[in-house]
Amino acid sequence: MIKEIREPLVFEISAAGKRAGELPALDVPVRKDLLAGVPLRREIEDFPEVSETEVTRHFTRLSQKNYCVDMGIYPLGSCTMKYNPKVNERLSAHPAFAGSHPLLPEELVQGNLEVLRTLERFLREITGLDAFTLQPAAGAHGELAGMMIIRAALEARGDARKIVLIPDSAHGTNPSSAHICGYAVKEIKSGEDGTIDVAALEAAMTGEVAALMVTNPNTLGVFESDIGLIAGIVHAKGGFVYMDGANMNALTGVARPGDMGVDVLHLNLHKTFSTPHGGGGPGSGPVGVKKELEPYLPVPVIAEKGGRYVLDFDRPRSIGRVRAFFGNFSVLVRALCYIMSLGPEGVREIAELAVLNANYIRKSLEGDYHLKYATPSMHECVFSDKLQKEHGITNLDIAKRLIDHGVHPPTMSFPLIVPGALMIEPTETESRRDLDLFIGAMKAIAKEAKENPDVLRAAPHVTYVGRLDEVGAAKNPVLRWEKKP
Amino acid sequence: MSYISLSGQDRKEMLARVGAASVDDLFACIPEAVRLGRPLDLPPARSELELVRVVEAIGAKNAAAGLVSFLGGGAYEHFIPTVVDYLSSRGEFVSPYTPYQPEVSQGTLQVIFEFQTLVCQLAGLDIANASLYDGSTGAAEAVLTAQRVTGRNKVVVARSLHPQYREVVRTYIKNMGVEAVEVGFGPDGRVDPDALGRLLDEATAAVVYQSPNFLGVVEDVRALSAAAHSRKALSVAVVAEALSLGLLEAPGRLGADIVTGEAQSFGLPVSFGGPYLGFMACRKDYLRQLPGRIAGQTVDKDGRRGFVLTLSTREQHIRRERATSNICTNQALCALRATIFMETLGKQGLREMAWQNAQKAAYAIEKLTAVPRVERKLSGPVFNEFALGLPKPWPAVDAGLRARGFIGGHGLAAAYPELGDAALVAVTELRTKDEIDRLARALQEVLS
Repeated sequence: MIKEIREPLVFEISAAGKRAGELPALDVPVRKDLLAGVPLRREIEDFPEVSETEVTRHFTRLSQKNYCVDMGIYPLGSCTMKYNPKVNERLSAHPAFAGSHPLLPEELVQGNLEVLRTLERFLREITGLDAFTLQPAAGAHGELAGMMIIRAALEARGDARKIVLIPDSAHGTNPSSAHICGYAVKEIKSGEDGTIDVAALEAAMTGEVAALMVTNPNTLGVFESDIGLIAGIVHAKGGFVYMDGANMNALTGVARPGDMGVDVLHLNLHKTFSTPHGGGGPGSGPVGVKKELEPYLPVPVIAEKGGRYVLDFDRPRSIGRVRAFFGNFSVLVRALCYIMSLGPEGVREIAELAVLNANYIRKSLEGDYHLKYATPSMHECVFSDKLQKEHGITNLDIAKRLIDHGVHPPTMSFPLIVPGALMIEPTETESRRDLDLFIGAMKAIAKEAKENPDVLRAAPHVTYVGRLDEVGAAKNPVLRWEKKP
Repeated sequence: MSYISLSGQDRKEMLARVGAASVDDLFACIPEAVRLGRPLDLPPARSELELVRVVEAIGAKNAAAGLVSFLGGGAYEHFIPTVVDYLSSRGEFVSPYTPYQPEVSQGTLQVIFEFQTLVCQLAGLDIANASLYDGSTGAAEAVLTAQRVTGRNKVVVARSLHPQYREVVRTYIKNMGVEAVEVGFGPDGRVDPDALGRLLDEATAAVVYQSPNFLGVVEDVRALSAAAHSRKALSVAVVAEALSLGLLEAPGRLGADIVTGEAQSFGLPVSFGGPYLGFMACRKDYLRQLPGRIAGQTVDKDGRRGFVLTLSTREQHIRRERATSNICTNQALCALRATIFMETLGKQGLREMAWQNAQKAAYAIEKLTAVPRVERKLSGPVFNEFALGLPKPWPAVDAGLRARGFIGGHGLAAAYPELGDAALVAVTELRTKDEIDRLARALQEVLS
């Protein structure tokens, strides 16, 4: 495509009097005394005025400045950027679903409630947990709901406790969610192999600890093989095991958190279950719990009564609502469609091929990039820039140079326990050709780091803009357009 | 399976490369004891055609299609120009991640920057974030923001704030040491100023009210803000019907310090409650306390303008437990739809749509209250929604209206028993004069 495509802000192409999306003329008598006494605005100052043609070109041009999964491999570790099936878009937008109002009486929305109930059933089976809420709007929102459930259960026992244990490799949302639930966070150092140090956990696990938040496989893509032992240690002291299900893509159909001693789990439907990321949402973060914790789920819970679906609000021990209405419903429709398309073998194939693809990349790049932890990888692998640093090249340079090769960079500088991390998660939907394209690019970059490092430092070379001044953006924030005085 | 791109030969060669005899070998790290060891109990795989049939059959069990709806209450059916669906369906918008690599995400980032600008213009405030989950969590995040800004731990929440929003606020603050006290409304449906005066004190972080409120009444934002400011508390306006901002004066210009709410009305279908679009704007003094993603303008090494996610030291991936919020993935694609919607309607169109809503609601009030024994429940000014007092309990009225082809509104008995037999009726630009007239006739029949 054309490299030099400049697209001004809409405000800069706006001109008085232009408009689109016209409405029919008002068909009721005009009242002059409307909203008497209420301050009204004369106009929305500086709001844009453009034609439909201009709107279409504006957003089409902007879209062309984005890389996306529909274009190629997007190996962001922990993000599970898999292909988003198109039929799911069509079905979730079906007027029967998209046109139904959330305050409709339950007898008129039996189809919607069947969607929710069926998806809950599927997720129970896939995770081995006993009950689900679909209300949370994203993974972090699910963490918050899940940790509130744990707190409520502990309060019912008489002591909410004070501390949540979190491994140093965890996502930042874990400590942040624990904090909003009123807990202090204590970090557990990872052991030599990058997994939880069981001795350290045992020492930290006191009667003050409400829960351990564990990601499994962890953010290195390494399975916590001691998970049974770990859960035993936490349970023995009366704590709960919370699992961040961000990496569930490694486990579907192979192993279930509920069988590992996990008490509470959130899933990211926009990761494991293929709903699109949308440039940063909408996601969906269902939470599954063991039977004992079911009374604490957010209201309403969907129940079945006399062959009908009903909304159960009579849940005295519920943590309450975490969101209005029923969650990101159309995202839930997409996830349901996905599981229905795949069936049991297909769901298992997710994990099998996600793990095969990640290991294929790992094996192919082992000589070229440093691997801090030699522990076997599951659905993602974490390299670092240690070898390239010898030539003054950082993970940022590597990432930006990948763009020149037409592939999206991996997640950078996370997990925090790997300095200069490059966290690679290809997912199961990538073709051999795209995997090889990525591997080839990484190899070429490793070579360039030695032979021609300057070309890396100046990368990317093919984009509309070069490396952007992020420090300047934070120092002198310009967060909106304003008309020049 | 259609979405898998590896051939049998690929798999064989790749396994050889990694040195595994079979795929099962790759799972050797999972102890036998926690492996599933059986196929999942899920229905068999379906082809696309089978999937469409089965899911459409589930959808057909929804029975509201064909009924003319006057439902509102935090979710509004509005006209959505075709360009919104068309442009927002582009894979370049639907299928990227959060724009962490700005050089290949300028489209998403510029859209967010434009979205932030549009929200600021509507709210009448300095800065806005890239989105929150929805209006209810927006209200909760605003309360926590006010706590951080003021260092105070009490909020006065209007009883006329959406009942579900109030529930979410309660859930969020439970463990954050914030106490919420409720302030009622007067016969006009507006926050009772005397009651508010009594509840405000030096410990109050914010007054949180919705305008137009859940019962449809437009609040006196200026007076509420002045009351809040008299005790150095923040004035937090929640706007659940974003379209009202096209006609009503911007809350920020009337004294609101934080304007948050729900922008579902801007190009998002009602979709059984989500995904929707939370937004938040505030004074620039609170920049470091604002939750969520923010896009900012900057330049590349050659001085070309570009956009990046910025001020991320507020956020969980940097600040961890000291972050302003745990929010990560939010509602970017919904913000894109809203941005396309706002730019399509533009300065004139948005105001025109808002004005038509208000005109049609006024007409509906006139027609419906002409029905014997039907009355306006609250006397304050309304935008596109109002509470109607009825001589019979709502379930009976609702059943009669449904039999005549209408969802006439939302019963208020559960959330506001003090209003007696009453229903909330919303009238948007989608409802025609004929539909309003027919609703009035149907109501008369049902009540006679």
